[in-house]
Amino acid sequence: MSDTDADRIRAQVDSIYRTESRRVFATLVRLLGEFDLAEEALHDAFASAIDQWPREGVPANPRAWLVSAGRFKAIDAIRRRARFDASLGELAERLDSQGRPAPSPDDERIEDDRLRLIFTCCHPALPPDARVPLTLREVCGLTTEEIARAFLSVPATIAQRIVRAKSKIREARIPYEVPSRADLPERLDTVLHVVYLVFNEGYSASSGEALTRADLSGEAIRLGRLLLELLPEPEAAGLLALMLLQESRRVARTSPAGELVLLEDQDRTLWNREQIAEGRALTAQALSAPQVGPYALQAAIAAVHAAAPSTAETDWGQIVGWYDALLAAVLSPVVELNRAVAVAMRDGPAAGLALVDAILARGDLPDYHLAHAARADFCRRMGKTDEARAAYRRALEFTRQAPERRFLERRLEEL
Amino acid sequence: MKYMLLIYMGENAMNDSEREQCYVDSTQLAHDLKTSGKYISANPLLPVSSATSVRVREGKRLVTDGPFAETREHLGGYFLIEAANLDEAIGIAGRIPGARKGTVEIRPVLEIPNLP
Repeated sequence: MSDTDADRIRAQVDSIYRTESRRVFATLVRLLGEFDLAEEALHDAFASAIDQWPREGVPANPRAWLVSAGRFKAIDAIRRRARFDASLGELAERLDSQGRPAPSPDDERIEDDRLRLIFTCCHPALPPDARVPLTLREVCGLTTEEIARAFLSVPATIAQRIVRAKSKIREARIPYEVPSRADLPERLDTVLHVVYLVFNEGYSASSGEALTRADLSGEAIRLGRLLLELLPEPEAAGLLALMLLQESRRVARTSPAGELVLLEDQDRTLWNREQIAEGRALTAQALSAPQVGPYALQAAIAAVHAAAPSTAETDWGQIVGWYDALLAAVLSPVVELNRAVAVAMRDGPAAGLALVDAILARGDLPDYHLAHAARADFCRRMGKTDEARAAYRRALEFTRQAPERRFLERRLEEL
Repeated sequence: MKYMLLIYMGENAMNDSEREQCYVDSTQLAHDLKTSGKYISANPLLPVSSATSVRVREGKRLVTDGPFAETREHLGGYFLIEAANLDEAIGIAGRIPGARKGTVEIRPVLEIPNLP
């Protein structure tokens, strides 16, 4: 085999790793019954692939091959360790006697495995601050560093939460199962929250050169569809609607040079009409429920934007109304900030500025870059150049994402 | 896997007739669990006014009146059960009458070798 062939296969393994590794992991958790064992098996499986595929060719069903290789490696490793610990011998025999997985595990079964894994990671017996990082790590394969940035935390803290959560799963024997129908509603909330955080990390990556990571958002939308299919709950529909409506603007949000394009400057012909149509239909479905939840309300806001031909022709009054309903459902300074932006569009920048200043004066959102960026924008539109400049600088202090930084720097220069 | 379900509640959380009913319902639950092979043992405890604490320090035994920890809620009883996993244990804990007045703490039992 030539070097280029080896390179080509190496690239193929890399790409399969990106798309398949977490699916393989979820199935390995089911087969092996343990997170750390499954993680180790996953890496052993990919190591084998790098070793064998260049010689033997890429198998017809790489996912099934990896699951089978990972399982085999894990049983092998347990057997080796069993020489020192007799109790492990029993475990190895038990795992082996469960039989080999079907050579091509059907896709549905594998999706079930991912769903099981999500519910395990979002179990109410786990501390709330561990559920989201654990899911992002185990289901989506984000690194501890990426999770730490998404949560404005430090990697060591996140790593500790994940380790503790995993030992609780092991010690208290939190099952690897989709909850019973009776427990589902209670368990769904945390799951939806996690899915939305995954989407957001993909839609506006918290740091780095790229503005968005389409793969993560795509992942979240896929998880959202899976959840809605399994649980036709209004909030599951609301969340999927919200994600689709936001996702529909992805292409328009970034210029060809990778720069951030604000909603008001976006070329609306670039919006994905198919996603908008699906998102609006799901919004209507979610809003028709007797009890309307926060995801449905956010989807309603996104749907008003999606229906508007331009910023000027947007029904800002309706948007402010939805924000009022949303604030009644969830008291959050970030929602208040977004409402302030909508009020500024309806009543002028001075009205928006007063609201943002009130939020900051209360001590909320002191280091949230968008609060300062909104303030800067209101001051700029009001001709308060010095104040705008100071606010843009403050926003820059807290912005880690390169395209967003460049956008703010450009605005600062234009003053 | 064995789980210890510890029932904590305020000592005056129930009046006498509620307490009687609680014993009746708990006994029924114990029988239901026995039928499905999940029962190991269960008992209510007398109030903390009857509690005695013992500790041994430097070879000396110290005996004092009262519970070890002064808290508002006290251990009022327990169920020791066999369950497949935490979800099953949670399901059973939710059926304990004491859970409606107090809190049931689920503790997985650590199995150690050579116990009688």
